[in-house]
Amino acid sequence: MKVIEIRNLVKDYTDSAIQVRAVNQVDLIIEEGEFTAVVGPSGSGKTTLLNLLGGLDLPTGGEIFINNIRLNDLTATGLIDFRLYNIGFVFQAYNLIPVLTAGENVEFIMELQGKPRSERRKRSHELLESVGLADRIDSRPSKLSGGQQQRVAVARALASRPRFILADEPTANLDSVSAQNLLDIMEKLNHDEKITFIFSTHDVRVVRKARRVITLEDGRVVSDVRQV
Amino acid sequence: MIISISWRNIWRNKVRSLVIIAAITIGIFAGVFTWAFYRGMVNQRVQTAIATESSHIQIHAEKYRENPDQKFFIKNIDSIAAIILETEGVKAVSGRIMVNAMITSAETGAGVKINAIDPEMEKQVTNTHTKLTAGDYFAGDKKTPLLIGEKLAEKLSVKLRSRVVLTFQAMDGTLTTGLFRVGGIYKTANSMIDETNVFMKSSDAVKLIGISPDAGHELAVMLMDNDAERLNLVTGRLKAAFPGLDVAAWREIMPEVSIVEESMDLMMYVFMGVILAALIFGIINTMLMAVLERVKELGMLMAVGMNKSRVFRMIMLETVFLTFTGGVFGVGAGYLISLVFYHKGIDLSRWADAYEKLGYDTIVYPVIEFDIAWQVAIMVLVTGVLAAVYPAMKAIRLKPADSLRIDM
Repeated sequence: MKVIEIRNLVKDYTDSAIQVRAVNQVDLIIEEGEFTAVVGPSGSGKTTLLNLLGGLDLPTGGEIFINNIRLNDLTATGLIDFRLYNIGFVFQAYNLIPVLTAGENVEFIMELQGKPRSERRKRSHELLESVGLADRIDSRPSKLSGGQQQRVAVARALASRPRFILADEPTANLDSVSAQNLLDIMEKLNHDEKITFIFSTHDVRVVRKARRVITLEDGRVVSDVRQV
Repeated sequence: MIISISWRNIWRNKVRSLVIIAAITIGIFAGVFTWAFYRGMVNQRVQTAIATESSHIQIHAEKYRENPDQKFFIKNIDSIAAIILETEGVKAVSGRIMVNAMITSAETGAGVKINAIDPEMEKQVTNTHTKLTAGDYFAGDKKTPLLIGEKLAEKLSVKLRSRVVLTFQAMDGTLTTGLFRVGGIYKTANSMIDETNVFMKSSDAVKLIGISPDAGHELAVMLMDNDAERLNLVTGRLKAAFPGLDVAAWREIMPEVSIVEESMDLMMYVFMGVILAALIFGIINTMLMAVLERVKELGMLMAVGMNKSRVFRMIMLETVFLTFTGGVFGVGAGYLISLVFYHKGIDLSRWADAYEKLGYDTIVYPVIEFDIAWQVAIMVLVTGVLAAVYPAMKAIRLKPADSLRIDM
């Protein structure tokens, strides 16, 4: 089942009066349960593509469908609501809310969705348990290692029960042990719960784990390989 | 959770938040304390003016206030006083004979106003008898005793038992003189009153002025309390009961005192407004810094689904919390310090000359009342909301994709 479909996607930026085409006529379909890495050199358009898929940026041309909803048609407010209910985000710099505990960070997304407190607490505990951090539920991000923070970020991304998770360079700031640990968790979630993951990455460990690798160069897809 | 996040956010940079909270606290404290100080000072001025100068209500013959000539007197003053005394809310009434005169001592002379009174009745409407610094208040059978103010005594270089001569026009137009002995010297909070008013017994005045014993120029009416509603009610009733007389409440008699009282709150609103206007820039600056150093975080919040109204509310709440925390401490400190001085008083005797000339006490007891606290609290809240708008607008204008790209 198609989760994402993009057709002839184009994104132009104007940088110091020079127009740059960051994404150039990309067509792509992502199926449910995929574990996909988007790779390519710096400036190839990976992050821009993920921002477009996540509704954080609007395309200059082309169309994006997520669960058959055309993102181009949504207003700014509509996009925020759409993200809240359909997309989980994991950022390179973790981006947890520093004044909240790990548990509260996970609960926060559900609070935005208007879920009752008891349900929020139960699910945040389950999610933190699934990333191996149930014992750190009351710790603030400043008391957690980088790897632990990123695992909390994964739990937060899962909190809204999204259709897919977009992870922008999730292992870039992690040491090898933490990175491996995080990848194992995400792979398990993908395998056991059929959660769709899309990464942008430079990390060969991520590429090795991915079952599909899409390579971008100058905003174009130059290869799209499925791995066993 | 937004409330909790907002509250915790203001403590992320403790020093910065504490600095602005301290600034708000000091500003609000200054405003509240000044307000309480001036309210105390003005209240004392009003109370002193009523107690020593005018009483609550005065009644004169028509035209007397325009032209205080002794020919404009009230007939049957005793029976009118008896009727007034029956009116609900009236505590006491005293009739006065008023004559402008020249007082001369062995050394010099001065213009004064003679207040010829029944000492026992007068005691119930004014407190001059409690302001004696020498002598007594018409005690015993002394012949033609005169009560004069300390300032006048200094001016005339007279002391207790000195002889003075009063020269004035009698009712028939002839110039009359009377020899009096200083029987008492008084000192009120108003040196102008002390310098220009002398008191004698009405029985002495009747003979000298040639006025009927049942006539007088002024009836001073003291009410049970200072309640403004009661004052209006009794004034209205007396006006209706005596249409041929000029019935006036103290505000009409002493418009300068009334204006000070009425404009005091307005002045304090302006004063608080200036303080808060100065603080608003500091608050905006602090909140702008808080927003700008959290661009990436705000971008993340919007990316994960926090809508603009929630982001706006979060920044608004942070600003209001910050402002209100300072406001609560400021009002609290102002309240407590004012309360301490309400009991101790603030001694302004160093500037006694200036204050006494204007009729103000030199010991001021600040009055802090609940209305000051809640009015300031509302003004602080409004300031917080106003100060929040710009930083909150700045926050919601951020674009998540751009914000997340920023390296902080």
